[in-house]
Amino acid sequence: MMSLLVRDLRLAFRAGGGFGLGLAFFLLVAVLVPLGVGPEGSTLAKIAPGILWVGALLACLLSLDRIFALDFEDGSLDLLATSPIPMEGVVAVKALAHWLVTGLALTLVSPVLGVLMNLPPAGFFWLVASLLAGTPALSVIGAFGAALTVGVKRGGLLLSLLVLPLYVPTLIFGAEVVKRGAQGAEVGTPLLLLAGITAGSVALLPFAAAAAIRVNLR
Amino acid sequence: MELVVTDLAVERGGLTVLERLSFRLAAGEALILRGPNGVGKTTLLRTLAGLQPAVQGTISLPAESLTYGAHADGLKAVLTVRENLEFWAAIHGGGDVARAMADMNLTDLADRRAANLSAGQKRRLGLARLLVTGRPIWVLDEPTVSLDQASVALFGAVVRAHLTGGGMALLATHIDLGLPEARVLDLGPFRATSPQISSGRGFDEAFA
Repeated sequence: MMSLLVRDLRLAFRAGGGFGLGLAFFLLVAVLVPLGVGPEGSTLAKIAPGILWVGALLACLLSLDRIFALDFEDGSLDLLATSPIPMEGVVAVKALAHWLVTGLALTLVSPVLGVLMNLPPAGFFWLVASLLAGTPALSVIGAFGAALTVGVKRGGLLLSLLVLPLYVPTLIFGAEVVKRGAQGAEVGTPLLLLAGITAGSVALLPFAAAAAIRVNLR
Repeated sequence: MELVVTDLAVERGGLTVLERLSFRLAAGEALILRGPNGVGKTTLLRTLAGLQPAVQGTISLPAESLTYGAHADGLKAVLTVRENLEFWAAIHGGGDVARAMADMNLTDLADRRAANLSAGQKRRLGLARLLVTGRPIWVLDEPTVSLDQASVALFGAVVRAHLTGGGMALLATHIDLGLPEARVLDLGPFRATSPQISSGRGFDEAFA
């Protein structure tokens, strides 16, 4: 399974891979929103948690259809299905690889973008913490959506429509953590709910995604 | 070790394409599947590989003993020949990559990206993958597409070495691989006589 992770990361970082796409999108959102909203710091500070989380979510969504579609097109998915690795393991590893190149990368650059969005100083720690707790759920839910639509031509649109409603709870609680953190309020409840969504999705969705892939491979 | 197929029926797109198919393959044997386009060769091979369920009948083979070679080679264009093979070797618990490259005449291309290979070279790389899996049963769908004569002979020799080592091979092919000992199975007589629509199960069985 380690070799699958290494291969996926290598593919993402080589030319034509997905790395950088999500990051660039996230950066664009954080640069363009202040230009569009205007220079009033108080307005920006107020919308910063929501915008940063929406940006992170959409950046994650951008690269979802690559999780299985490329392997399906070149036949690797058939070969992985007959390999000793269980399909659940394949899904989990691919979701992990997706998180490492998008979710984790977004989390690491988010403080810089927080500055652009005039996020109050107290919010920076909670921005990183909430992204760290919430983005794994985005990758796993996305992998599930990608598994459902693998083999569908131009499945990207269908994938977005399937996945976006499932992303809503993560978005709400993630942005709530940052908002409360920035105001210096109690963040325990939304952070726990956010972590709970992540833990639940990581535990359950690989099985659902593997079942969907088996059906789609026929 | 033995591959036994009993009274098998397979379907494609909800239509049964082959039925009443029975054969048995012992260690060291090769079976060549023949039949016109659309008779169901690929469907049969995918069913044997476990990628789709059989409509009826049984397939008995030892667990984790089969590797499938499809029309698509499962290569990553941005990885080199060696990296592609090392990946499949690692997935299957470590085969001998250097020997597989030597057997399929790929050693000189080891550090070239798969994107820069010709169609025939890609095919040779796809076939070299079989060697690094270490699996005894090879199920191959048109393995010689885009290979030149020399490469076909090379592949024939590789298959023969595999059989001599106690392996098995099931090949759907139209051309002569130079394997006179291989049995030939014509799928024509097993074509389903009354193609009926089987129940569209789709995703439902994921919830069963």
